[in-house]
Amino acid sequence: MAKLALLLVLLAGSAIAEPPDAARQDELRHMVRQDCGSCHGLRMTGGLGRPITAEALDGRDIEDLSSVILDGMPGTAMPGWRPLLTEDDARWIADYLLTETE
Amino acid sequence: MMLKAFLAALLIATPALADDLRGTGDLGLIVEREAGSLLVVDRSERAALGRIEGLGDLSHASLVYSPDERFAYVFGRDGGLTKVDILTRQIVNRVVQGGNSIGGAISDDGRLIAVANYEPGGVKVFDADTLEQVADVPMGSKTVGIADAPGSRFVVATWDTGEVWILDHSADPAQPAITKLEGIGANPYDALLTADGRRYIVGLFGEKGLTQVDLWQDPPEVTRFLPDYGKDQPDLPVYKMPHLQGWTLADGVFALPAVGLHQLLWVDAEDLTEIARTDLAGQPVFALARPDRREVWVNFAPPDNDKIQVVDVLTHEVIRTLTPGKGVLHMEFAPRGREVWMSVRDENRVEIRDARTHEILGEIEALAPSGIFFTDRAHRTGL
Repeated sequence: MAKLALLLVLLAGSAIAEPPDAARQDELRHMVRQDCGSCHGLRMTGGLGRPITAEALDGRDIEDLSSVILDGMPGTAMPGWRPLLTEDDARWIADYLLTETE
Repeated sequence: MMLKAFLAALLIATPALADDLRGTGDLGLIVEREAGSLLVVDRSERAALGRIEGLGDLSHASLVYSPDERFAYVFGRDGGLTKVDILTRQIVNRVVQGGNSIGGAISDDGRLIAVANYEPGGVKVFDADTLEQVADVPMGSKTVGIADAPGSRFVVATWDTGEVWILDHSADPAQPAITKLEGIGANPYDALLTADGRRYIVGLFGEKGLTQVDLWQDPPEVTRFLPDYGKDQPDLPVYKMPHLQGWTLADGVFALPAVGLHQLLWVDAEDLTEIARTDLAGQPVFALARPDRREVWVNFAPPDNDKIQVVDVLTHEVIRTLTPGKGVLHMEFAPRGREVWMSVRDENRVEIRDARTHEILGEIEALAPSGIFFTDRAHRTGL
């Protein structure tokens, strides 16, 4: 499913060069749990930030989510992560959040 | 018969075997948040004694201690309130009291446990003995910065509505007298109560400045301060909200972690004016005074969370930058300040350093450790 979603993004002609390599994926997975988890909970069930489980994000798409990840949500506590993430990283995280089943 | 009487007399006269007894004053608990467990540690031995498991989702977990320093009440993200016995290392009782909790406090008489919840937003109060619910106070907002104030009171701020609520359980624990202060400011993200129980200071995320509530005044007096600090939107991204429990009154000044600035703000406690700013390595999370108040130790949000900076209270200068390792989430000083324990989450260990020479004294293995809590917290107001 994750691969399919990424493939669709690729086919859509976006600027994604290639998905992060395995080592970077591990770092990103860790970052989601630990750093996103500061506000959204280790299990993504919400905290100061809203829940971001796959269920809670149902209906959102990768482009939309990755732009929130990169640029944040003005007027809320959600910061833009662009200084720490590439666009490919953000798309990978968006896909991970949408498809992750835990 | 004679023999029995003799043996009975002997039993009465013999004190319990000292080896079977121990005090808890040098014990502590370390939250292993991924594993949902607590590590029981012995500060004198600089060693782990054992583990208590089965506490659920411990994201952002915190805990408070009973007055006898034997039991801890643990507040989990999944709404779990768990009472553990640190001597037998067992769960005594556990209730899931809300959907999403953020922290809690214990009343000054040790009888009531208050839990601050994000979902449903408000505070629930429990009997410390049985964990039966005593009171439920919906607040229509996520709650932050709950603290115990003298006289069976709890103080809490509301993220969505910018209020401070004071719950006074002294007359009737089940029907707290409620004082609600509105217009505290936009999006309080945390708060602290000074150790004397007087000043409740609220950090604001949604607008400039901070707010002090003076609980010695009747009615409590609300004062905005540092009106030029911060913006409607922070200058720099905040990848982890500062924690204000560490905000410290040191030598008549507050050392406050700025939000959205890589700075420590020094504020005169008397007139609430800014004295100085210290440039730091990143977004500060905790700014803790060493117990002698001579230095303030600061840790940071990602991506600078491998560092600790030590700041001199007299000169306001950074005197040392330490790099214990990746993911330094929390620091806890020994009650008299001789050593400091630091959790290094991504390296699965707790590092122990001399708080004066900064020399490494020991290390304890722990599973992705976050909060460290020594039992002396049982006797401190506002934690």
